Order: sequence, then C-alpha cells, then structure tokens
Amino acid sequence: MKQNNSMTAHAVLTAAWIVVALYLGFVYAPNEAAQGNAYRIMYVHVPSAWSALVAYTVIFIGSVGYIWKRSQRYDDLANAAGEVGFVFCCCLLITGPLWAKPIWGVWWVWDPRTTLTFILWLLFVAYVLLRGFFVNPSRAALLAAVVGIIGFVDVPIDYMAIRWWRTQHPQPVIMGGPDSGLPPKMLLAFLVSAGAFLCLFFYLLRLRMSMLATRREASRLRREFEDEAQDRPAAQRL
Amino acid sequence: MRSLSVIWTLFEKDLRLEWRQRETLAAVCVFGVLVVFLFNFAFQPGGEESLRLLPGLLWIAFAFAGILGFNRSFAAERENGCLEGLRLTPVDPGLIYLAKALSNFVFLAVAEVVIVFAVSLWYNFSFLPSLKWFACVVFFGTLGYVAVGVTFAGVAANTRMREVMLPVLQFPVIIPIFIGAIEATSSALRGDSPAQFLSWVKLLIGFSIIFLVLSFLLFEYVLEE
Repeated sequence: MKQNNSMTAHAVLTAAWIVVALYLGFVYAPNEAAQGNAYRIMYVHVPSAWSALVAYTVIFIGSVGYIWKRSQRYDDLANAAGEVGFVFCCCLLITGPLWAKPIWGVWWVWDPRTTLTFILWLLFVAYVLLRGFFVNPSRAALLAAVVGIIGFVDVPIDYMAIRWWRTQHPQPVIMGGPDSGLPPKMLLAFLVSAGAFLCLFFYLLRLRMSMLATRREASRLRREFEDEAQDRPAAQRL
Repeated sequence: MRSLSVIWTLFEKDLRLEWRQRETLAAVCVFGVLVVFLFNFAFQPGGEESLRLLPGLLWIAFAFAGILGFNRSFAAERENGCLEGLRLTPVDPGLIYLAKALSNFVFLAVAEVVIVFAVSLWYNFSFLPSLKWFACVVFFGTLGYVAVGVTFAGVAANTRMREVMLPVLQFPVIIPIFIGAIEATSSALRGDSPAQFLSWVKLLIGFSIIFLVLSFLLFEYVLEE
C-alpha cells in the first residue's frame, strides 16, 4: 500500500511538473532571435538526451550491482532502465531531425554528437532485443549485465574515436550548443523541462521495475499452484 | 606457466577440431571472398578510385567474415554439451576466453590473408610496398575485433536467433575499431609516413587492451550456470 501511495504521488508530481514545463516552454520563454519558435523543441530534445544518458548510467549501475550482489532488484533496475532509456533515446532521435531540418536545412548530419546518439540508440536496441531473446531466463541477468558493462565502457571510446575522425574531415561549423549562455527566462524554462523529464524517467523506471517484480511473483505463484495440483491425489482433484 | 599450457591445450583443441571438420575456415574464407566479389558489382572500382574504396571494402569483408567465425566457434561448443564440459574444467574461465580469442584470431587471420589475396588479384592492387604497416594495422584491428566478438558470441549463444543477435551486439561496440582501422589502413596503403596514422594504431591497441582485460574478467559470468 505504501509503495502504491508513493507511486501515485510520483505520478501526480510528474504530471504537474510537465504541465508547468509546457507552460514555461511554450508561453513564458521568449522567441529566440535567429530561430524564432523552432528553438522551443530544445525543451524536449535536450532533456531527452539527458534522460537517455542517465538511463545508460543506470544500466551500468544495475549491471555491476547484479554481478556484485546477485540481487534480483539490480537486474530489474538495469532491465527497466534499458526499456525506458530506449524510449527516451527514440524521442531524442525523432526530435533531432525535426529541429535540424528548419535550422540546418538537412534532416541529418554525421557530426560527432549525432553519430554518438545513433550508436547509443543501437546499443539500447541491442540491449532490449537481447533481453527478449534469451533461451534460459535464469541466465539472462548475468549475460545482460556483461553486455551492459561492455556497452557502457565502449561509449567514451566511441566518442573519442568519432571526435578524432571528424576533426580529420572538417565539417561545416554548427551552432554552439544551447548551453552557450541562455538568457534567464529560457534557462528557467529549460531547467524546469529537464527536471520534468528526469522526474518522468524515474517514474517510468519505478513503474517498470514494479511490473517486473509483479510478473515474477505471478509466475512463481502459478508454478506453485501447478505443483500443488500435481501433488494432490487424483480422487481429491475430482 | 600453467596458464599458458591451459590456453595452449584449449587452443590446440580448437585447431584439431577445425582440422578434422574444416568447416569454419572454409565458410569464413568463402564468405569473405564473396563480399569482395559482390563489392565489385556494387561499385565497379578501378584505378585511383580503388585505393579510396579498398580500406572500407577490406574491413567490411573482415567484419562479416569474423562474425560468421565467432558464431561457428560457439555453435560447435553447443553440440553434445561441450560448453558444459568446458565450464566444468578446473581452470580460470578467463583462460578459456583467451584460448577462444586466440583460435578465433588465427582463423580470422587466415581468412584475411585469403581476402587480401583476392582483393589484390581482382583489383590489380599490390599490397607489397606497404605490407609491413598494413599488416601491423590489420593485426591490432583484428585483435580488438576478436576481443569483443568472442565475448558477445558467448552471450549470443544463449539466445534465440543468435546469428542475428551477434552482429546487433557487435557492430555498435566496435565502431572505434572500424573507424581507426579504416583510417589507418588507407593511410598505410597510400604510403604515408607512419607518424600520420600511428595515433590510430594506438587507438586500436588501447581498445584491444581494454576489451581483452574486461572480457577476461567478465567471461566467468558468460559461462556461469
């Protein structure tokens, strides 16, 4: 019951926070000088990126935690973070081109950040697919943990390699990131949006984790019930 | 000392298995050469252009051939409970990983020689002038590729559709190897001075070391029942 109450509170908080963030993002924050209204997608795009990166870190923490402590909760944590992170990464990859088209004139540029985002998305896809394809569920947690750790270690190396690669082939200069000095109103709207996204992320993470625990409990009960039914003598069953 | 003899014994076992069946090597070599063959129809490279396309062509052929080999090497272990046998041997699982990596490295290296020979023949390109540096780049690139591939093949062996699962896991992770190896290969083949591509070779070496050590430590959990 206590768990339920805290989940409900978290849900209400998230919903309210999102409403505030929408107001600040669409009404309160002024138009940007060069981009007009188009820049407002930043309030969705950048927080999605943050949430995806947080999800990635959570997968790593869950993976290391599982190998270390062998507690099912760590595995659930990594599993849930993989699924939720995948959603946020999709959001990031969808809003990116939508923003790029009016501002850069193209849907996609293979610059270091977009390339890395795409690799991150592929890693999420691989992780979620892997979770779905295990033959023997009892070994899934350990194997997924191994992949989670290798994937996490790989990302900084990917980033370094791509940076070197792209500096060798100069690209058209792209506007400095949104964090190159935001006016106060925009900064406020941005920080509130980022908070709303992170709040939503952790809500979905908790929801997913409790669903995984419930599912395991249900299948345990079903097994127990079936065993009991088999043990009972035939006469009693009638 | 004992570690080395364990690795050698396991490596010898893989070699002997391969010698008797001759399946993996044949499949990997033929597949790699087929990629090169198809590439010819896709891009019809000739003369100067071929020098620009060759590094990418080579590494795509190596990558696909490698994936095929990694899958095969664990498919053989699944038959007759061989993997359980390996698991029960009283040796450090990390050594099993190193032995597997060694045998896969050797198989892929043989396939690479065949592929390079085919490329050299069909595209009228001589690798001899830059052979030393080219071999060096291919060595470390392959090492990093195998380091990750063997671990993921061990993971993928536990899934349905493992033939699909392995490349899905492998390709995003080996992007640094892919970028580094292709850049260094084209630089070496152009005859640049080593200083110009040595930083890429260092990246390949660094990647190989990181993932060899990481996999050595983690392979225990890949095998664990």
